[in-house]
Amino acid sequence: MVTIQDLKRISDYEWEIPQRFRDDMRVPVRLFASRRMLEEAMKDKSLEQAVNSATLPGLVGHVIVMPDMHQGYGFPIGGVAATRLPDGVISPGGIGYDINCGVRLLGSQISLDVARPHLDALATALNQHCPSGVGGKGAVNTTDAELDEVCRQGARWAFKQGFATESDLRRTEESGCVDGADPGKVSKRARERGRPQLGSLGAGNHFIEIDLVEQVFDAPAASIMGLEQGYLAVQIHCGSRGFGHQICTDYVEEFQGAVRRFGIHLVDRELVCAPLDSPEGQSYLAAMSCAANYAFTNRQILAHRARKAFEQVLAGKVKDWHLYQVYDICHNMGKIETHLIDGERMKVCVHRKGATRAFGPGAPELPAEYKSIGQPVLVPGSMGTASWVLAGTEASMTLSFGSTCHGAGRTMSRHEARRNVRGDKLRQDLEAEGIHIRAGSIAGLAEEAPQAYKDVDQVVEVVVGGGIARKVARLHPLAVIKG
Amino acid sequence: MMPAFGFQEHEHTADWELGVWAPDLPGLLEQSARGMYALSGMQIQDGLRQSHSISLHGEDMETLLVRFLTELLWLEQEKGLGFDEFSIVVDSQNNLHAMLGGSVITKLDKEIKAVTYHNLAVETNQSGLRVTIVFDV
Repeated sequence: MVTIQDLKRISDYEWEIPQRFRDDMRVPVRLFASRRMLEEAMKDKSLEQAVNSATLPGLVGHVIVMPDMHQGYGFPIGGVAATRLPDGVISPGGIGYDINCGVRLLGSQISLDVARPHLDALATALNQHCPSGVGGKGAVNTTDAELDEVCRQGARWAFKQGFATESDLRRTEESGCVDGADPGKVSKRARERGRPQLGSLGAGNHFIEIDLVEQVFDAPAASIMGLEQGYLAVQIHCGSRGFGHQICTDYVEEFQGAVRRFGIHLVDRELVCAPLDSPEGQSYLAAMSCAANYAFTNRQILAHRARKAFEQVLAGKVKDWHLYQVYDICHNMGKIETHLIDGERMKVCVHRKGATRAFGPGAPELPAEYKSIGQPVLVPGSMGTASWVLAGTEASMTLSFGSTCHGAGRTMSRHEARRNVRGDKLRQDLEAEGIHIRAGSIAGLAEEAPQAYKDVDQVVEVVVGGGIARKVARLHPLAVIKG
Repeated sequence: MMPAFGFQEHEHTADWELGVWAPDLPGLLEQSARGMYALSGMQIQDGLRQSHSISLHGEDMETLLVRFLTELLWLEQEKGLGFDEFSIVVDSQNNLHAMLGGSVITKLDKEIKAVTYHNLAVETNQSGLRVTIVFDV
């Protein structure tokens, strides 16, 4: 068990679990957190899981943990780990079952004053246009051949179907398509699960939210992103649905044998992994890329449907009702990137599980319009609380493999949330605050209650104080659609 | 006094953790399945019963457990089937043969993404077997 005495304080926002803490650690763990957050984190297994993650073969630098950390399975949520190519490992559990779960932000020129009479109708229209719910079927039912193209082309497939603009693609991480996807590495079961679900939100903590740009902290950056105080924005949070879940399940199974073949000792079987240059590692990377591209396409189709909902409600009533893309980010991914580590430029596989890429100004991966300000970072808060738009910094490139936090982070178990919160009462309270709620499951609503999460403002203070992101704008929720 | 078999939800910050106990491995598999269904809030149709057989192999008890529950999740999410009758046999080579009786799912409150291997270890005690399972939700 890690205690506060085991930690080395680097600054008010940065702490380290030294490599000597446990004999099997291959690198230290670097934590971005306030002291109070660390003390809270010690109540669950987040830090123990971070130490376990630090035992994987081929790690470089540090295992990084973000302030929205909480206990997961294998890796902690909020974890970042980089393994060197070619012989370091890739771990499906270090990426998660919901491969390329992420967030998309759409901006608008619709002021709150103009929108206010239409908010309830907008919530209803979004709920109708964007399929959601447990096991829900999607807006697009694909054939096997179409699914292959989704895997290979990602959001560009959606563009060809008329569901996207060139600007949408440009303003998506990896332009909405990760290289190296091979549908031949995806199981029949994953295909069966993926085909009917494209263009669906799912359930759990996934949502679509209409927000107000409540406060702008960096006016030039906000202006470049198209965000203006007093205007509406829309967030879409979801991932690769059953397609990604099945791909991860398949490879966690397959890698149980791989670790034996490669003689890799594990402290937790959920950390199963295979060398990146092995046939097993390459197959997972190719299949994971399929799920990543599916998720980009999924959010793209939902954005298209959200635009249809806005058109249905606002066309003819509001001068400019269009929604334009600010950015789309992944927060459960494994990416091959080049980073400066101990003075050496190194190609690594960066595992981000509940962490967001946050490349600083000048990064070649960014679209031209964002090169001067850094990558937009989207940090949704809990239901009914603020969300943040941040920007990546140069410091994040050296401190955290160009990564930052991904959300508020849970602090209360789902079990406890259900015991303490009544879903119907929560819905009434949020609606009394002027937040329009559409929810498929009242029990699910209780599990996602704001009190089950950390204060997202404090999380943001830490990543800003730690230098791995900077504030651009704060969003306030007006309507929430959940499955 | 604790019953000879059963399941109980434990606290877990993000996901679902289920403690399960039973006198033997078939019982542990059955209770794990019942616990997983209970967490999902699953209900099945009265009447119109269906039967389904599952045959699986696992290198050890933990692998068998994950594979069995994963198979049930697949039947739940893709075929819309849930089960409330279990006849499970596991031989000495960890080969499982199960005959399941159930019906079409009429209600499912929450979605389980996957059954994980996180810290999974079937332990033997005086009363039988015990395991803690973490589900990704």
